[in-house]
Formats: sequence, C-alpha cells, structure tokens
Amino acid sequence: MSIGHTLLGLLESGPRHGYDLKRAFDERFGHDRPLHYGQVYSTMSRLLKNGLVEVDGIEHGGGPERKRYAITEAGITDVEQWLGQPEKPEPYLQSVLYTKVVLALMTGRDAADLLDVQRAEHLRLMRELTQRKRAGDLSDQLICDHALFHLEADLRWLELTAARLGQLAKAVTP
Amino acid sequence: MTPAGSLLTAEGLRKAYGPTPALDGADFSIHPGEVVAVMGPSGSGKSTLLHCLAGIVTPDAGTVHYDGQLLSAMSDSRRSALRRGEFGFVFQFGQLVPELSCVENVALPLRLTGVGRKEAESRALSWLERLEVADVRAKRPGEVSGGQGQRVAVARALVSGPRVLFADEPTGALDSLNGERVMELLTEAARETRAAVVLVTHEARVAAYSDREVVVRDGKARDMAGAR
Repeated sequence: MSIGHTLLGLLESGPRHGYDLKRAFDERFGHDRPLHYGQVYSTMSRLLKNGLVEVDGIEHGGGPERKRYAITEAGITDVEQWLGQPEKPEPYLQSVLYTKVVLALMTGRDAADLLDVQRAEHLRLMRELTQRKRAGDLSDQLICDHALFHLEADLRWLELTAARLGQLAKAVTP
Repeated sequence: MTPAGSLLTAEGLRKAYGPTPALDGADFSIHPGEVVAVMGPSGSGKSTLLHCLAGIVTPDAGTVHYDGQLLSAMSDSRRSALRRGEFGFVFQFGQLVPELSCVENVALPLRLTGVGRKEAESRALSWLERLEVADVRAKRPGEVSGGQGQRVAVARALVSGPRVLFADEPTGALDSLNGERVMELLTEAARETRAAVVLVTHEARVAAYSDREVVVRDGKARDMAGAR
C-alpha cells in the first residue's frame, strides 16, 4: 500500500497535524500494521519536498513545535492519478509454491502432502479472517473479504495443481 | 472402539460402486458442537463418506458408531428414526417439497415424528425467523429465491434439534453474499444447539466456517488438524 498517497487522501478532507494523520490512518487502514510516528514524519517531509503538501500552520507549545499540513493542488492531482491507476496483480505466492511442488516431484518427495499442508495453512488463516469478519464492522468485513478471496484463489490453483500432479511429475522427472 | 467424547466415528470404511472404490479405508470422527469440513476433489469420495456416516449407504467394510452404537447393527426402522429425529440434512438443491408452503416444509420433520400441526408450525416459524425468512412462510418453494429456499432448507434441517447436521455443498447454488449468510446462520445455530456438523464442500471460503478439515483423496480421509 502507498502510505504517501493514503496520507494525502486523508488530507483532502482538511489540514491535519502529523499525530492526527497517524490516528486517522490507523483507525481506517492500520488494522494489522499501525504506522510508526517516524513513518508519518518521513513521509510528510517527502511530500512537502515534492510540493504535494504545504505547511498550513505551526503551533509553538511547551514541547516540540507541531506542524499542520494541507494538501496542495498538485497533491490532489497525485491522489487522483493513484486512485485511477489499477494495481498490478501479483502472482507471487504461486511462483514459490510452484517451485516447491516441482522440486518435491523432482526429488521424489510427496508433492500431494506438501499441497495438503499448504491448504491447511491457508485454511487456518481463512478461519481467522472469517472469525474477525463475523465479529467486526462493515469495514472489517470488506478488508477480510478481499484477503479471503485472494487466499481462495491460491487454493483454487492448489487444487488444480493437485489434480495435475501425475501429469506434472511426468513432465519434470527424467 | 470410538475416540473419547466422539459422537460419530467411522473406521476403515470401504465402499465400491462396481470396480471403482469410492472409499478405501476412510476414518472419521466428530464431537458434539464441532463443525468439520470434508474437502477433496470431485469423485474423491466426500459424498460417499457423508452417506455412510448418515446411514444412507451401507459400507462394504468398516464400522460407523453413532453415540456408541454400531449403525450397521441397527434395524432399518431404527436407522430411519435416527435420520428423522437425530440427524438433519442440507443439500445443494432440490430438497423442499414443491407442493407444500415453506412453513409446512420446515414443519414436516416434526409432523413425521408425531408432533401436532399447530405446535409443529409454530416451532417451524421460529426457525424461519431465526434464518431471516419468516416473510416467505406462506409461499411455496417455487416462489422464493435460491438463497431464501436454502435458508428454509437449513431451518427444516434444524427444526427437530438434530445432534448431527449433514450438509453437502449447502451453498453450492448460491452467490457469495447469500452463501456467506447461510453459513453464518447455519454454524451459529449448530454451535448454540451443540449439533455436530459434517460439512462437505469444495469451497475454501465455506470450509473456513469449520473448526477443522478432513481431506478425502483416493478414498482415504486425512484429518489435517495434526498436519500443522
């Protein structure tokens, strides 16, 4: 996920301090991984340098000064472009599993067993997500659904591969 | 011999249809209140396992114990009584009687065990409410949507308070949202009533509602709880 674009998007509703941005991010998007303050401030300095945000005001209190950030026109255009661009589908997991399955077959190991264990691991995570979804609100449901459908896609690949193991074994063994 | 606390146990089940073995030494057990997904590719023997566990099909070899009793040693009438009173069934489709209204369909298992019409329909209605389909009570199955019909079928399977619910691809004919709601309602109700659920499915998102999964392949059942 692009933290910069997300923080920019949060600024579209009005100027905020770094702390408010972190809180808004964590509340809405940080279910698994809340932001570190360091990430917020390094991201904001980068956005500032690139002219996507500007300092809207500075509060001088007893502690360190607090900058309030506002999004610029260039920032709004940047968010617009990011939202309009599709994400690259990443078949990363399949390539790891594919390698494992082929290696198992090549070395005479039980590839079906490997796939069974992987299915069990996927299902363990899917159970957790299903539980979280049942206990959560609509945004939890939508986020968990996305993860669940991705895991399901992995599993469909896994089932098809399991069904093709005999064929694959012939292809990869001398 | 059954595992401690197990409600339904199968050991060494074999069943062949002609020369093809559907089950080839399958073991299975389930505890009260537990939801177990039975997974595996088409033709792996999932449904045959369910049918043997429910006493619908007699295995060629092996044993099925329900609550400590050997299923094969029971008379046909005792097995039928078990299926009416203590087992509930949900299938993919085609299970409701088209000539009866939805509430009459749900009341049917109670009527078959001698419960009076008024009492049976009142209990049926409370299950329809629970499954969020009380508004279709007077309609016939042909007049309701697939999702509504499946909820009616789940209500019918649960109305007599079964100790084991057998569900064979219960959401197979439903879209994602309806399938999800049916699974939520089915598993909630089963957990509350401590019914054991044998859930045959090839869909991972449906299996994710279970406590553990058993994978059937080449007629053998592998319990994956120990594989992690």
